[in-house]
Amino acid sequence: MNNLKRVIKNPLGLSGIIIILFWGSLALFAPLLAPPRNPDNPYAMKRIGYSSIPSPPSEKAVLGTTGGGYDIYYGMVWGSRNAFRVGLTVVLSTLVIGVLLGGLGAFAGGLTDLIVMRITDLFMSFPFLIAVIIVSIVLGKGQDKVILALIIFGWRQYARVMRSEVLSIKNKDYVTAARSIGISNFRIFLFHVLPNSIFPVLVLAFLDIGITVLIAASLSFIGVGAEPGFADWGQMVNFSRNWLLGIEGDPLHYWYTYTYPSLAVFTFVLGWTLLGDTLRDVLDPKLKKKIKG
Amino acid sequence: MLFYILKRLAFLPVILLLLSVLIFSLVMVLSPYERLAVFITDPESASANVSYEELIIRYGLDKPFYVQYWNWLSGVLKGNLGWSPSARMPVTEALARNIPATLELMFLGVVIIFLGGISLGTYTAVRHNRVPDQVARVATIIGVSMPEFIFGLFLLVIFYSILGWFPPGRLSTWAEDIVYLSDFRRYTGMHTLDSLLNGRFDIFLDSLRHIILPAFAYSLGLLSTILRLMRSSLLETLSKEYVMTARAKGLKERLVIKKHARRNALLPIVTVAGSVIARMLGGAVIIETVFNYPGMGTFIVNAAQGLDFPAILGFSLVIGCVIILTNLLIDILYVILDPTISLETSNE
Repeated sequence: MNNLKRVIKNPLGLSGIIIILFWGSLALFAPLLAPPRNPDNPYAMKRIGYSSIPSPPSEKAVLGTTGGGYDIYYGMVWGSRNAFRVGLTVVLSTLVIGVLLGGLGAFAGGLTDLIVMRITDLFMSFPFLIAVIIVSIVLGKGQDKVILALIIFGWRQYARVMRSEVLSIKNKDYVTAARSIGISNFRIFLFHVLPNSIFPVLVLAFLDIGITVLIAASLSFIGVGAEPGFADWGQMVNFSRNWLLGIEGDPLHYWYTYTYPSLAVFTFVLGWTLLGDTLRDVLDPKLKKKIKG
Repeated sequence: MLFYILKRLAFLPVILLLLSVLIFSLVMVLSPYERLAVFITDPESASANVSYEELIIRYGLDKPFYVQYWNWLSGVLKGNLGWSPSARMPVTEALARNIPATLELMFLGVVIIFLGGISLGTYTAVRHNRVPDQVARVATIIGVSMPEFIFGLFLLVIFYSILGWFPPGRLSTWAEDIVYLSDFRRYTGMHTLDSLLNGRFDIFLDSLRHIILPAFAYSLGLLSTILRLMRSSLLETLSKEYVMTARAKGLKERLVIKKHARRNALLPIVTVAGSVIARMLGGAVIIETVFNYPGMGTFIVNAAQGLDFPAILGFSLVIGCVIILTNLLIDILYVILDPTISLETSNE
């Protein structure tokens, strides 16, 4: 609680929380804010018309439409829900995999550790974004495939950080003490090692929620991932690419097609960066000393 | 030192082999029918009198994993990476054409990211908690959170749509005509360098005009990262005792920073350099798409969308080599910067 108070007191941390709360409430109340035509498939963007030319903000579409008549307001609202879905699913899954692999490997030591680390190295030897592009293409079209690809390659850095944390505490006195009174290895790992080594990984995870959404949006932008018409901010930015030049004499004629979705991705990532940064400063005792000193 | 480098280089093929098995098995997840699509380049050949099953047998797509992998590997060992249907040329040729463009972009990016990040980081750390430091703190948070493609589009709207200064692509049409159709010698494939070697200053300016926006767009995020790292690292070094000693003996502040603090503060930058290069490769894929810049990024996106797996495998091998060699270079740089680390111990 004390830590939370410190985050809120920090102006940067507070702005991060406010931004996340804004998108969070949009995501939570999406069905009320933008009722879907087909409740079974709410992520399919509502179409106002079928004209290939974007239309400016009007009564029918408050924020205008993209080329193809997709309602920008609808895409913004459901896109926020999609962003949370992607960010949270990927980060939670990779966190569990990374913490277990890295943590158990380091705790067990010996051959297990060696094998886990060599596998991690192999996954590390390839640029993340390119790996995700290739895997999600091979898996097929759809946002779920992107999520899966992000999970397959996302756990590696958690495993690394977790390993070094566990290595640094596994021979501490309280672990030895626990072992000497006959507590099982499983319980030692769960109740003594894990709680004392997980904070750095958690901070990393907070920062990663924004970055994950950023990468998923980048993928939709280059046409990998979300199907056409899926409420995804990256794809909406992609839709607007053809309209960047505006019309003769008015280069900003189609400003609404790229401004809103770009702002959405940017502020969403910004919110998590602000929160993650502040959390790191508050939770990391080594850094705390540095800031005071 | 030499022994260490040779030892590391000897591991290169092993890692590449593992990497290729990993990617090859990913491709093998697809059914033979899906993989057949690569070989059917136009509707005509699909409707010919040959059934899909026959084609699958002809191309050996029904064979077990290790046979197909061996076929591919023996080709690679002979320097034949296969045919890329999406680029309509052999993979080796497609790679040779596209690598220089991306390298050019990356060289410029490295200069912006590291020179800019280190010097700005030093500048702000020295002015800790004063106005430039505060400005940089907010600016870098924005820089880190700004997706490359959005910043790229933003730059395009301002500098292309509104001002008309920096167009997308790699060269203007007139310059392309000279580079590809006249007796212009393409020594490296990098237009900025080649134009200078050919003494064509107009083409140099034209290629610079095309490369500056994408290079800047994909450097912003990493520049911010390096700046933040350099700032905090230098701040920590400046509080060390040996810096105090240097100050106490009356050394000028500028010399204290230059001679004593900065060198040690650079170590964390070297540590992350490898991952920065890896992220630049990923960023190149995105940014080349934004700016219609023909390079490795646009090549791999096209290849991936066409399920062109010979191209994907060839590309992966090149990327794997780049990453491994960069990491080797970084290890060597580490020893040069910090004499207390020796390769023999850091190796294990």
